[in-house]
Amino acid sequence: MHTTPRTRRTLAALTALAATGGLAACSSGGDGGSESTAGSGTYTWWDPYPQHDESSDWAGRVQACGEEAGVTIERTAYDTTALTNQALLSAQEGTSPDVILIDNPAVSTLADTGILTTVDEFGVDTSSIDQNLLDAGVVDGEAYGIPIGANTLSLYYNADVLKKAKVDPASITDWDSLTAALKKVTDAGSKGITFAGIGTEEGSFQFLPWFWGSGAELTDLDSPEAVEALELWKGWLDEGYAPNTVINNSQNTVWEEFLTGDFAFAENGTWQVNSAAEAEFETGIVQLPAKDGGVAPAPTGGEFIVAPVQEDTARYDVTRQIVECMTTPEGFVETANTFAYYVPPTAEGQEQLLSENEDLEPWVEAVQNAKGRTSDGLGTDYPGISEALWTAVQNALSGAATPAEALEAAQADAEAATS
Amino acid sequence: MTSNPAVVGQRAGTRGAAGTTPAVPPVRRRRRTLNPSQWAAVGFAAPLLVYLVVFYAYPLWRNIDLSIHDYTIRAFVQGDAEFVGLENYADVFASSTFPTALLNTALFTFGSIAFQFSIGLALAVFFRSSFRLSNLLRALFLVPWLLPLIVSASTWAWMLNSENGIVNSVITAFGGDQINWLTSPDTALLSVTIANVWLGIPFNLVILYSGLQNIPGEVYEAASLDGAGAWRQFWSVTFPLLRPVSAITILLGLIYTLKVVDVIWVMTTGGPGDSSTTLAIWSYREAFGTGQPDFSPAAAVGNLLIVIALVFGFLHLQLQRRQEATS
Repeated sequence: MHTTPRTRRTLAALTALAATGGLAACSSGGDGGSESTAGSGTYTWWDPYPQHDESSDWAGRVQACGEEAGVTIERTAYDTTALTNQALLSAQEGTSPDVILIDNPAVSTLADTGILTTVDEFGVDTSSIDQNLLDAGVVDGEAYGIPIGANTLSLYYNADVLKKAKVDPASITDWDSLTAALKKVTDAGSKGITFAGIGTEEGSFQFLPWFWGSGAELTDLDSPEAVEALELWKGWLDEGYAPNTVINNSQNTVWEEFLTGDFAFAENGTWQVNSAAEAEFETGIVQLPAKDGGVAPAPTGGEFIVAPVQEDTARYDVTRQIVECMTTPEGFVETANTFAYYVPPTAEGQEQLLSENEDLEPWVEAVQNAKGRTSDGLGTDYPGISEALWTAVQNALSGAATPAEALEAAQADAEAATS
Repeated sequence: MTSNPAVVGQRAGTRGAAGTTPAVPPVRRRRRTLNPSQWAAVGFAAPLLVYLVVFYAYPLWRNIDLSIHDYTIRAFVQGDAEFVGLENYADVFASSTFPTALLNTALFTFGSIAFQFSIGLALAVFFRSSFRLSNLLRALFLVPWLLPLIVSASTWAWMLNSENGIVNSVITAFGGDQINWLTSPDTALLSVTIANVWLGIPFNLVILYSGLQNIPGEVYEAASLDGAGAWRQFWSVTFPLLRPVSAITILLGLIYTLKVVDVIWVMTTGGPGDSSTTLAIWSYREAFGTGQPDFSPAAAVGNLLIVIALVFGFLHLQLQRRQEATS
């Protein structure tokens, strides 16, 4: 084609126009959809449950809560880690969604950035929520979210293996009786216990019941109690009661190992209840024992419902209605049933859940004894402490350092990270 | 278009009034006024320029920007990060992880490249002489390249599992002791290096094989007439003639290996402790591996990696130039 200078010029102008047009489209593309007016229209909702798609019961419930408040809810599901990053990015762009369901340790992190409203600000009553669960979302005395349910860790056992080794699960009440049981089981030719010591948050999550059960505090990682807890794990590895693979085990791997039927015990969470019922052997749970008896506080898991700050404060009223709809006792129980592994965070909800399914009794007890990782005023200091702690666990279990040395280094790292 | 010279003229006028040298305006005028075809050229280049700026210049600038500010999460959201100059770099260098990570990076990178390259080259030479099923076999060697990294890394982690991995079953079947491949600080780095070597062989094989196709057969004929055996032919013909291709293969391999995160992360997450932590893993862990993203030190470590890769890139260019000068 023969082109005159004029057509060429037009072409160039068009190209340039297209390029800038494309850019403009990009810059407005990240909008969270919060431009509609208050009281009507679309409210945005993010949660970490991509396994529940648009046609699921969960999505239906979210939508129903929106309809009750007279709005449509636009739900987006991210996986857990992506959700925190997305929440931060959207806050930076000023396009936060109206409601986020977020993993509890992330609440204090987000609250610290000032992107969350306090529960008081949008006016939801939290007096019925169990204090130990609510605490995970408390920063400087202000609650920044409401737990929609809680899960925690407990000790699953394989009844067949215990029977063969003549161990009574009821005899396990403290560390010594557990270690004695492990010895009996291994002597009988089975494997003892498996847990997750991986170098991520999961490693700290699984170590904390033993750490807290010894009386240690997260502010003092190298206390004698803490060393004892790590020596307990290390001792199990040295004696062959626990396999060497625990150093790289994630909680999923732990469960897969347990399902082989070789292991007497596995430390795992409420979310495996259904899978345990379907296992090819009989299973049960005992509470994670504290060092000198009693139930060790296990860390709480589970999501909080939080409301990011909006420019248009008139939106809070509808947001509050949506949150309230999700947090009625019936709502809690429905959430618990949807996920099969959530214990409601209120006494009323727990009662109602137990009346429907009394097998969950030990889990309700475990949740009542549980403790938030970010509680005790740790808040945003927790991630730094946790990283130091799981590194110490890894170093001690792999033999790179003794438990005492590893924890001493961890305390120094934690102090550097939180100062 | 027509208004353009007038605008420039005006500017030139003010300049003149401000007392700059009177010789300047005519020069400026010629430079500022683009004729239509130059405008068209700019227009056509614009998409590329925009692309380069948006996808290359901006991220690079942003990475530097992150590394010289103290971006806590709060600062990240509110956009008021404090300028700290090179403090993040000082912290990185002073960290107890730095020497470990640097040494691990060096061992991982050079170990991987040495074996990837020599095995790849050996296979390329082997496949040069076509034989029955040679095409099929060569295709099979590409499998590591085709598998998603998460799949191959998980498979390696499973094979090297201490208790029930296939590698240990073989070792114990022959009376050896169980080796804690991934969970011992002595072997974790070795294990991830082995997996990475396996992953990198196809890349080396393909590039070196295509390089071999460019060596004319007559050279080999002449060599064999001169009485050179296979060994001699390799060292005196294949290796020297393959040198330019080898150099670029090694350089690319170096850059690819420096930035490996996925394989190590899936297999050991850099552990136990720090024993398989490379600079890339360290950067990733700071930014995304904990509940508290530390973008600033992560960006500083990332920039270090870029500098290391650049140094080797320039080294490559230098060598190439010297080679061209001598030949």
